[in-house]
Amino acid sequence: MRHIISLLMENEPGALSRVIGLFSQRNYNIESLTVAATEDPTLSRLTLTTIGKEEVIEQITKNLNKLIEVVKLVDLTEGSHVERELMLIKVKASGAQRAEIKRTVDIFRGQIVDVTPTLYTVQLTGTTDKLDSFIQAIGTTSVMEVVRSGVTGISRGDKVLTL
Amino acid sequence: MELLSGAEMVVRSLRDQGVKYIYGYPGGALLHIYDALFKESELVHVLVRHEQAATHMADGYARATGKAGVVLVTSGPGATNAITGIATAHMDSIPMVVISGQVASTAVGTDAFQETDMIGISRPIVKHSFIVKHPSEIPEIIRKAFYIAESGRPGPVVVDIPKDMTNLVDKYEYNFPKKVKLRSYAPATRGHSGQIRKAAEMLIEAKRPLLFAGGGVVLGHASKQLTEIAQKLNMPVTTTLMGLGAYPGADRQFVGMPGMHGSYTANLAMHHCDVLFAVGARFDDRVVNGVAKFCPNAKIIHIDIDPATISKVIKADIPIVGPVDSVLNDMLAELKDINTLPVPEVVSSWWKQIDEWRGQGRLYPYDEGDGNIIKPQAVIEALYEVTKGDAYITSDVGQHQMFAAQYYRFDKPNRWINSGGLGTMGFGFPAAMGIKLSFPEEEVACVTGEGSIQMNIQELSTCLQYDLPVKIVNLNNGALGMVRQWQDMQYNSRYSHSYMESLPDFVKLVESYGHVGIRVTEPKDLKPALEKAFAMKDRLVFLDIQVDTSEHVYPMQIRDGAMRDMWLSKTERT
Repeated sequence: MRHIISLLMENEPGALSRVIGLFSQRNYNIESLTVAATEDPTLSRLTLTTIGKEEVIEQITKNLNKLIEVVKLVDLTEGSHVERELMLIKVKASGAQRAEIKRTVDIFRGQIVDVTPTLYTVQLTGTTDKLDSFIQAIGTTSVMEVVRSGVTGISRGDKVLTL
Repeated sequence: MELLSGAEMVVRSLRDQGVKYIYGYPGGALLHIYDALFKESELVHVLVRHEQAATHMADGYARATGKAGVVLVTSGPGATNAITGIATAHMDSIPMVVISGQVASTAVGTDAFQETDMIGISRPIVKHSFIVKHPSEIPEIIRKAFYIAESGRPGPVVVDIPKDMTNLVDKYEYNFPKKVKLRSYAPATRGHSGQIRKAAEMLIEAKRPLLFAGGGVVLGHASKQLTEIAQKLNMPVTTTLMGLGAYPGADRQFVGMPGMHGSYTANLAMHHCDVLFAVGARFDDRVVNGVAKFCPNAKIIHIDIDPATISKVIKADIPIVGPVDSVLNDMLAELKDINTLPVPEVVSSWWKQIDEWRGQGRLYPYDEGDGNIIKPQAVIEALYEVTKGDAYITSDVGQHQMFAAQYYRFDKPNRWINSGGLGTMGFGFPAAMGIKLSFPEEEVACVTGEGSIQMNIQELSTCLQYDLPVKIVNLNNGALGMVRQWQDMQYNSRYSHSYMESLPDFVKLVESYGHVGIRVTEPKDLKPALEKAFAMKDRLVFLDIQVDTSEHVYPMQIRDGAMRDMWLSKTERT
């Protein structure tokens, strides 16, 4: 099953390499990873998605918690949560295709953030599924370049991950 | 407030931390620190002949005393030579602080002379690591390094110090913190009382309980509590390779080690038990054999300080995270509170079964042969007698290690010192040196083989310099015995590179280093030679004992089978 694990760690050099090292060392899988400092500059928030059996996920969370620099951790997929991924995608948009692409962008509630006579650069936010569907809808032949941020997320309601 | 240079801070912090011994080797990146060390009279520095030996010396010290061993190595090759020893400590959860020199921070990343990314190379095999970014951080980093290394599940910590952090000119306020706190690190201090109660009740009601103790009991100083619980409930006890000595090895309730080379009794008891009470054991693959067939009828109680160890290999029915000593104390209180003992008839019927498996003879039976050739097992039995079972025994890795574990009955914890997890050949001799340095009055013997001993034999020189009269018991069978055994059993006796041609004359070799060498070839000379060696209290004695090359270690479990599936000799199996 797919899990979104989100954690707070010391914003120090080397901390990220320990997290990533753990995954390769123990043969765990990482589907995506995002990391940036929080409002408290001494802390970074890292969100990763991984796929594995329950026993493996349990080991992943336990071993992440063991890292000295990891302060707190939550498996967002254990409760209700909001998840988002940002995609910037450059697509061919010329001739009759141009209007069709625009309509598809509107349907997916994306934004065109850069325009040339032959292409659009589209910004789209949503779940991984939604971004995948957009690529499918416009067809891979139109796609020139894709950049995705990886999944980030937050719990719904009162639950917060802070110190 | 005192002003000190970075180098002086390193040395002073170690002293204020209570360190007595440092094992190391100087080099360019460490010269400032070595200069500060020159002026420090309270720290004893041992100059090894290879950095790997420094780590094993520190490791031996740590295993015998429970305190972190300290290693000082230079950048580049000094640091990489320490890697095997750090990995050895990591696999067996041994507290160690390794201070590595680094090229100047301004040169880091330029492929400078003797530069290597020590933090990167050591990352998967340390509990934590630090890099010094400013000299004033040194006292706090060193304090934290010891705290992390020694608390919770212990382990090695690396402190990498670029040379410019230790220059002798720039001085800063020195302040050694009495306590450190890390917001992201809080090892468990107590077990869950409800779980402990449940476990106590399960043990009382069990029909065929087995206490299974691991190295965590030794590391967690919990042998006393463990022994009390075992005797109160009259349970059979098995200990892993790392747990030997956690329960008295000569006691009636001890049934031997479990696992690949475990005793027939322990492996059968494990297979048939209905409650397996695992304390500080990590269910290593050398213990459990085939995971799917492991203890088919048992409920598992698992106590460990490290939550990641619980249910990693074998799912626990009652997991308890906490320090073993505190958890076992709480369990003793619960047992007192419950105030019921197991039904005597149930206990005696389990013991009747165990005694039937155990029989009357040796716990690990072997063929004594025709008396013309020394059997390696007999060497350990003689060593046990001569040292009255009270020596610190270190070992290297291979058949001799298993024989030592099987035939030396350890009655006390911290006396059996071996590389269990990583299986590092070359470990035993330097480990013995580290112990002898701290316990000069105690007998310290290294059981080794002609393969392993040659992996750190250069330390004979260090022993002369620092007067470390350890005893080396070399089971010389002229072959890499364990490799050869597997080749016999699984590769139709094709001995691919498992023989040792052109061995040195060990007696002459040790004599050239200024020590005493004794060669033993006849069974009748074995015990007198050991007695003679141990009578020479102030000399390092190397006993080169020619033993039977064809001998195998038994029992040997059948791969991927259940605990009870094993070869008992070359021709018999269960």
